[in-house]
Amino acid sequence: MSTDSLSRAFTVLIRRDLLLAARRRAEMANPLLFFILVTSLFPLGIGANPNLLQAVAPGIIWVAALLAAMLSLDSVFRSDFEDGTLEQYLMSSHPVSVLVLAKVIAHWLVTGLPLLVISPLLGILLGLPETGIKTLFITLLLGTPVLSLIGSVGVALTVGLRKGGMILSLLVLPLYIPLLIFASSAVDSAAAGLPVTAHLSLIAALLVLALSLSPFATAAALRVSLS
Amino acid sequence: MFNNFFHKLASPKHFYRIAGNLIPWLAGACLLLVLAGLYYGLLVAPADYQQGDSYRIMFIHVPAAWMSLFIYVVMAVAGAIGLIWRMKLAEVMLISSAPIGASFTFLALVTGSIWGKPMWGTWWVWDARLTSELILLFLYLGVIALHSAIDDRRIAARAVAILALVGVINVPIIHYSVEWWNTLHQGPTVTKFDKPSIHLSMLIPLLLMAVAFKLYYAFVVLMRARCEVLERERNAGWVRELAEEK
Amino acid sequence: MNLTEFLHMGGYGFYVWTSYGISLLVLLVNIIVPARQKTKLLADIARKARRARSTS
Repeated sequence: MSTDSLSRAFTVLIRRDLLLAARRRAEMANPLLFFILVTSLFPLGIGANPNLLQAVAPGIIWVAALLAAMLSLDSVFRSDFEDGTLEQYLMSSHPVSVLVLAKVIAHWLVTGLPLLVISPLLGILLGLPETGIKTLFITLLLGTPVLSLIGSVGVALTVGLRKGGMILSLLVLPLYIPLLIFASSAVDSAAAGLPVTAHLSLIAALLVLALSLSPFATAAALRVSLS
Repeated sequence: MFNNFFHKLASPKHFYRIAGNLIPWLAGACLLLVLAGLYYGLLVAPADYQQGDSYRIMFIHVPAAWMSLFIYVVMAVAGAIGLIWRMKLAEVMLISSAPIGASFTFLALVTGSIWGKPMWGTWWVWDARLTSELILLFLYLGVIALHSAIDDRRIAARAVAILALVGVINVPIIHYSVEWWNTLHQGPTVTKFDKPSIHLSMLIPLLLMAVAFKLYYAFVVLMRARCEVLERERNAGWVRELAEEK
Repeated sequence: MNLTEFLHMGGYGFYVWTSYGISLLVLLVNIIVPARQKTKLLADIARKARRARSTS
């Protein structure tokens, strides 16, 4: 097993997942539409007072992003589990953590990236000032991969279960809380014109931590779930 | 000789017997310490200058919060041991601890909430400690839910071990992020659980209750662990003999 | 201090005793549940063993 074949397996896996997702383009839209819809519900629910909306915008958009990411998690391993490809990954000579990373990257490209792209629009909808929107974008850029990475551990633990989706939220949402706290307060501070380097560094630290640890946890969880 | 002891301990049958012998002693010691702690805490310790007699809730709230964290760490360690050395006993200890840890977390939340009502006028405040405890409760419930969702006991034990390990890494992160979050949104009010400047007369019952709670955990986790062992080994000869001699 | 003072807890009686009461309840439940579970489990195992023997 050479590193050359490993890197090829890595890219092949990403390309395959992207291709599969492209064939089901309608499904890609679901988390995105959910994101927009949930964000839009809030003005309807709490009134259109611009000051109020602006104050709660960072929290609302980030909670909506959390929920959208969580709903989309099921697709990371579902189809591979059902047709037996997942077992093939475990039996291959490549380290499972690397294969997992490839799948998570593909998943983020398909589900997280759209959220990122649409976020400025949502910021405008809720009346965020420009500084806020810029920081919102950066926090989502750094944060949505964290959502996919941490989420993948939860999915791996529940992939074999019938009602896995319900338990998944219970497992994963508490782990999302630090990210939520740092990200929404970053946008809050930016909207108020305060510096945000501290917040962004913390989020970047979470990203690095998730990137380095979660593939191993996910790989271990897959092994357990498929044993 | 120690090797022999650990070998015996790891065998479910011997664990069952040894645990059964330990339980009454641990329970007795726990009861003594609880009575002593309550005596000193409710009768001997004076009323607090600021909070009057309501601070006495602290003698339950603080040890319960300590236990909620302690038990989670124990669960994570047991999970690691179970995963690395495939030790059945470690798996049993993990799943037996979860409901107890959740109970202590629940107690910390409830007593914290009740303590806050006379002080702050509301039944709930989103202060750092209560918020952290709430998230910890979710982590415990996640472990319990995942374990009950998986049919195969052995797979369930290992899945839950991974979850506990992932959780324990997150606990300090969650704790500090919530504290930080709290300082952002906190008004200029004093933090809710500024403990009264601790006199020795208050410290002693606090420590007595803390140790009592640890002993409580010890004997209750052994009780649950014995049930779990019986469940896992129900087809073994020694279990059948045990059941029939009753 | 006498009994009424003790129960009154300087005006905070309701809060203090509710806390201690709920705690006692939760701690007792955590003892009773495994104890009953064990007896039930052993009875269940014994019953199944007897049934298996009688049919063999």
